[in-house]
Amino acid sequence: MTNPSDYSSPRADPPAGSNEGYWRKNLTYLGILLSIWFAVSYGAGILFVEQLNNFYLPGTGFPLGFWFAQQGSIYVFVALIFVYVFLMNRLDREFGFDEDAE
Amino acid sequence: MSVQAWTFLLVGLSFALYIGIAVWSRAHSTSEFYVAGTGVSPLANGMATAADWMSAASFISMAGIISFAGYDGSVYLMGWTGGYVLLALLLAPYLRRFGAYTVPDFVGDRYYSQTARIVAVVCAIFVSFTYVAGQMRGVGIVFSRFLGVDIQNGVFIGMAIVFFYAVLGGMKGITYTQVAQYCVLIFAYLVPAIFLSLLITGNVIPQLGFGGVDQTSGTVLLDQLNGLHRDLGFAAYTSGTKSTIDVFFITAALMVGTAGLPHVIIRFYTVPRVRDARISVGFALVFIALLYTAAPAVAVFARTNLLNTVSEQPYSEMPEWFSTWESTGLISFDDRNSDGIIQYVGPEAQDVSGAPIENELTIDRDIIVLANPEISGLPNWVIGLVAAGGLAAALSTAAGLLLVVSSAVSHDLLKRSFMPDITERGELIAARVSAGLAVGVAGYLGINPPGFVAEVVAFAFGLAAASFFPAIIMGIFSKRMNREGAVLGMITGITFTAAYIVYFKFIDPSANTAEYWWFGVSPEGIGTVGMILNFLVATSVSYFTPPPPPHIPDLVERVRVPKGAGEAHEISA
Repeated sequence: MTNPSDYSSPRADPPAGSNEGYWRKNLTYLGILLSIWFAVSYGAGILFVEQLNNFYLPGTGFPLGFWFAQQGSIYVFVALIFVYVFLMNRLDREFGFDEDAE
Repeated sequence: MSVQAWTFLLVGLSFALYIGIAVWSRAHSTSEFYVAGTGVSPLANGMATAADWMSAASFISMAGIISFAGYDGSVYLMGWTGGYVLLALLLAPYLRRFGAYTVPDFVGDRYYSQTARIVAVVCAIFVSFTYVAGQMRGVGIVFSRFLGVDIQNGVFIGMAIVFFYAVLGGMKGITYTQVAQYCVLIFAYLVPAIFLSLLITGNVIPQLGFGGVDQTSGTVLLDQLNGLHRDLGFAAYTSGTKSTIDVFFITAALMVGTAGLPHVIIRFYTVPRVRDARISVGFALVFIALLYTAAPAVAVFARTNLLNTVSEQPYSEMPEWFSTWESTGLISFDDRNSDGIIQYVGPEAQDVSGAPIENELTIDRDIIVLANPEISGLPNWVIGLVAAGGLAAALSTAAGLLLVVSSAVSHDLLKRSFMPDITERGELIAARVSAGLAVGVAGYLGINPPGFVAEVVAFAFGLAAASFFPAIIMGIFSKRMNREGAVLGMITGITFTAAYIVYFKFIDPSANTAEYWWFGVSPEGIGTVGMILNFLVATSVSYFTPPPPPHIPDLVERVRVPKGAGEAHEISA
C-alpha cells in the first residue's frame, strides 16, 4: 500500500452503460422490500398495533399486533435479506457482474 | 457440584478456548489486523457479527427490560434487528465494494475531505468508548456476582483476556474468538429458555411456548399475564404505556443507529466478495434472531413466575434465591404497611375501597436473566453456563469496539491524516499499541464508570443515526452530494441530537417528560429527528455549493456494481 488512492477507487471497471439498468432494477427491489420492512414493523407492530391486538395470531394465544412487534417482524426481516440476496445474485449474473465469473 | 465450582469450570474452559484461538490466529499484516485479510467466510462472519453485536446489554438486560416494560420493550426487539435489513440492502454491499478499512475511510474519500474524515473519526471513537465502558463494567459485575471476585479484579481479568487476543490477533483473532463466543452465549441463553418453556407451557420451543397455554392454570399465558397486570395496577403487558409516536421514533433511531455503528459496519469489510457481504448480513441476523426471538419469551415466563412467586405472599416464606439476591441489593423489600406480606403493585393499584396501595418491592431488571435459573430451580450447571454466556457477550463486543478505536487512531489519524509515510510495519505496531492503550482506557472506565455511562450507551445509537447513516447513504445513492453538504449535515445532525439529549438528561432532567418533549419525542428517539435534519441540511447545502470533482461520480458509479471488489485493497504482507 503506497498510494492511498490505490484502494479508495475500485479497479476493473465494468463496461459503462450497462450499469444504469442494473442500478434501476436494484432500486426497484429496494423500494419493494423496504416497503414490506416498513409495513411489518412500523405498520403492524406500531401504528396499527392496537387494532391488530383485537385478533389472535391463528392457532396461538398471541394478540396479533403484539406478535408482529415481538416476533413476526423479526422473522420477516430475516426473510427480506435472503430474498434480496437471491434477487441480487440473479441480477449480477444477468448483467455480467457475477464475481465468480472471471 | 456447587454453583461456584460449575461456574469456575465453565468460565475457565471458555477462556482457555479464547486464548487458544488467539494464539492460532495471530495477525501478520495490517490487512489481517484491520479486516482479517478479507478472508472470512460469510457464515463465520455472520456468527462473529452476532457476537460482536450482542453485548452484555442484550444478554443480561434486554429480557429483563422487556419483562418489566411488556409491549414497550418491542422498540429494542424491532430496533436492534430491523437495522440489519438497512445494512444488507443499503450499506454493506457497497461499503465492501468500496473496500476500505474503516468507516472514516469511506467518509473521507467519498467526500474528498480531511475535515469529513476527522469528524467521522471523532464520532467513531466517541461512540465506541461509551459503549466499551459498559461492557467492561458488565464483565466486572458477572465476575463479582458469580465468582465472588471483586469488580475491580473482575475487570482486570477481562482486560487481560481481551488484551491478549485483540492486540495479538487484531480483526483476525477477534473474528474467530467471536465465533466461539457466539456458540457459548447462544447455548447459555437458549438452555434456560427451553427449560422454562417446558416447565410452564410444555412446549420445547420458547418462541412458540409464550403464545401457548399455562399448564397449571389451563389459560392462555398472555391473557393470564394481562389479567394479573390489571389486578395489580400495572398497564396491560401486551399494550404498554409509551405513546405511539415515541415508540415509532425510538424504534427508528435504534434501527438506523444499528446500521450506522462502526463496529458493526466494519465486520462486512472482512468477507472476500460483495455477494458474501450481502449474505453474511443475512446469516448475522439469523444468529441474532435466535436470541432476540427467545428474549420476549423469557420475559413473559419470568414475569409470570415472579408475580406468582412474590405477589401477596408472606415475606417469611420467600424461597432461598430471594434472600441471595436481596443480599446483592438487586431485590429490596420495604414492608410499608407492616403486614409481613409482599405487595408488589403498579401505579394504578387500589384496594376494594378505592384507596391506593403502596408498592413494597423493588426489583432490578438484570435479575430476570441472571436469577432466572435459580428462580425456576434449574440445575447448577445451567447457572454456571449463564455466567460464561454473559462474559462471552461482554468480551466479544468489547473486542470489536476496541478494534474500531485502534484502527481509527493508527489508520485514519496516523496513516491517512498525519503520518502518510508510515511503513506497513510501523502502522501494524501503531495499531497494536493503540489497541493496548484502548484496552487500558476501557478498563479504567469499567472500574471508575462515569455516572452517565449507562445512559450514554443508549444514546450512542441516536448519535450514530444522526451522523454516519445519512452521510454513507447519500455517498452511495447520490452522485451530487458534495463535501459541504455531508460535513454540515453530519455536524447539524450530531449537534442537534447531542444538545437535545444533554438538555433533557443533564441540564434540566426535571423537564424530561412528554409534556416538554418536542412533538412528544423522548431523548431516546430524537436521533431520528437528527437524521432527518442531517438529510435536509445536506441536500439544501449541496444544492447551493459546487458539485463534487469529476472523479467522485465515477467512484460512486463503480461502488454501485459488485465486480472487482475482491482486489480492492489486497495488500501483500
